[in-house]
Amino acid sequence: MILVVAEQRDGILNRATWETVAAAQQLADGSADRSIAIAILGSNTATAAKELAAAGAKDVQAVIVVDHAALELYTPDGYVAVLESLVADLKPSRVLLPHTYQTRDFAPMLAARLGRALVTDVMRMKTAGGDTVFVRPMFQGKLTADVSPQGPTPHLVTFQIGAFRGDQVTKGASPTPVRAMTVTLDAAAIREKPEPPFREARQAVDLSQAERIVAVGRGIKGQEHLPVAEKLAAALDAELAASRPICDAGWLPMERQVGSSGQTVAPKLYLALGISGAIQHLVGMKGARTIVAINKDPDAPMFEVADYGIVGDLFEIVPAMVSELTKT
Amino acid sequence: MKIAVCIKQVPARDWQPRPNDSKTWIVDRDAGFEMNEPDAYALEEALRLKEKHGGEVVVCSAGPARVAQVIREALARGADRAIHVEDDGLASADAFVVADALASVMKDENFDVVLTGLQSDDQGFGQTGVVLAERLGRPHATIVMEVQVVERTLRVKRELEGGWFQWVAMPLPAVLTIQSGINQLRYATLKGIMAAKKKEIRKAPAPAGLMMRQKIVSLSVPEKTKKTRIITGSPAEAAKELVRLLREDARVI
Ligand SMILES: Cc1cc2nc3c(=O)[nH]c(=O)nc-3n(C[C@H](O)[C@H](O)[C@H](O)COP(=O)(O)OP(=O)(O)OC[C@H]3O[C@@H](n4cnc5c(N)ncnc54)[C@H](O)[C@@H]3O)c2cc1C
Ligand SMILES: Nc1ncnc2c1ncn2[C@@H]1O[C@H](COP(=O)(O)O)[C@@H](O)[C@H]1O
Repeated sequence: MILVVAEQRDGILNRATWETVAAAQQLADGSADRSIAIAILGSNTATAAKELAAAGAKDVQAVIVVDHAALELYTPDGYVAVLESLVADLKPSRVLLPHTYQTRDFAPMLAARLGRALVTDVMRMKTAGGDTVFVRPMFQGKLTADVSPQGPTPHLVTFQIGAFRGDQVTKGASPTPVRAMTVTLDAAAIREKPEPPFREARQAVDLSQAERIVAVGRGIKGQEHLPVAEKLAAALDAELAASRPICDAGWLPMERQVGSSGQTVAPKLYLALGISGAIQHLVGMKGARTIVAINKDPDAPMFEVADYGIVGDLFEIVPAMVSELTKT
Repeated sequence: MKIAVCIKQVPARDWQPRPNDSKTWIVDRDAGFEMNEPDAYALEEALRLKEKHGGEVVVCSAGPARVAQVIREALARGADRAIHVEDDGLASADAFVVADALASVMKDENFDVVLTGLQSDDQGFGQTGVVLAERLGRPHATIVMEVQVVERTLRVKRELEGGWFQWVAMPLPAVLTIQSGINQLRYATLKGIMAAKKKEIRKAPAPAGLMMRQKIVSLSVPEKTKKTRIITGSPAEAAKELVRLLREDARVI
């Protein structure tokens, strides 16, 4: 059996769960034991469980609900205790999870507790002669590695967001049975005391509405060079945005950061200046209609998603673009 | 407060790695090396905690002899001493092996706080800090953007996706994985560099019999899947052609 661990917050299912179900179906397809179970943990999971069950996803035998007051807010101790006993009960061959901030927090602990391999951030799988290897990025996406988990099962695997498509889950006619599972969970033994998630004060800049965005990365070298990009943004009537290191350094405010921990944008035009194209940046801008990359490194992963690219020095190309755009 | 900070030496960002002949690791003879980026922020946070609460900052690093470079750099920025688990195999080891190697020298030190980066720039497991916490029997929090210490309780601000955050409290001792941008970095001064020369670096061997939990079967340069229209020519020619394409082909300006 393959165990998929769903993710929810405030009873709302994280869409990445469906991506993990799609990955599970691909793994189940062609293996002797095709069965999949989906586990959902929390304290108010009825709606999310119903949504999971309603799809009647192919090969999914059960939606297992673990409802407990102590699971209302996520904690690593609470989740690991429950999943450890679920794994002991169900004896899955694999435990699959989306590669979210939450699973980053507990999956390595679960793997360590179980003494089992964990392969993170998986983009694809390849099966040959009964063996499955998991493909994951290394060196900031400059290389990819085919990885084989070692040692006894279950092996744990987390899947990169967007690597599988939730809308490609094969659905069935009848809903999946939901099974409630009771666990003994000692709330006092949970060492972490979480407070409810919150957002920082409303942001002044809403990049999600921008039609055109000029985004700068570490290739801009220093804060004093920002006017180079600002002039291009002005000439294009575009908003200025940035990769994380630019905001970390305080060169631009956090609210201009694009990516998994910043804003998600979908402009008509996204012009990336000196941004390498790490996955955490790409998830925030992949939805742009036209993507342009200007980068001196021809191997930069940003060229993988770009429609148009110029390999070269942004300090030469950008001023030339400005003069071309402002030519009357 | 006794603070440990785990620092990994990784190939420089602007260096393009190439797989070796067996495709199981990279050829790194011509690589430059540097401190893993979030680890630099973890070190800065450790130094700030020491400035506020007193105590010492101990750098813990696992890797071949060359990692002495980042250890020296950390000592020059203000760390007090270092422990180096030295073994050539650690350069390409998985997170379990590295966490076990680090735990072997850290468990008797009884650190109040252990800080790691959230992820390494080379292997990118995002596992070592959390596995280390489990090995040391400590609670942990990951992707931390602010640290407060009140008596024997830690209160930390965790980053969640898409601009969300969450405060979590836990008792000391604990392990935190630090996110880049938590603070503004300081750089080594000449005085710091001189002082570092006199600081202790204890070397320890890796424990025997550590087992890898994942094996790299094949390492490769990613296949290009998308047809990007690469515009060539001089900067002026390329810029002109790009503007034309954005106007006439993509019609986005
Ligand atoms: C949990 C987590 C969350 C994250 N969230 C985000 C996020 O929300 N947003 C985000 O952006 N990142 C995020 N990151 C960081 C991300 O992994 C990358 O480290 C970051 O995006 C890299 O930024 P960069 O491309 O600007 O820098 P680099 O990777 O250093 O790339 C700089 C690029 O500039 C090019 N360059 C240099 N000089 C020139 C020149 N003169 N002309 C043209 N090109 C030049 C180089 O070839 C290189 O490709 C996150 C990471 C983690 C682990
Ligand atoms: N060889 C190492 N020596 C010291 N610290 C390490 C080592 N490998 C990983 N770490 C720490 O663990 C964090 C996460 O690394 P990783 O699990 O490889 O993504 C890094 O940011 C470091 O703080």
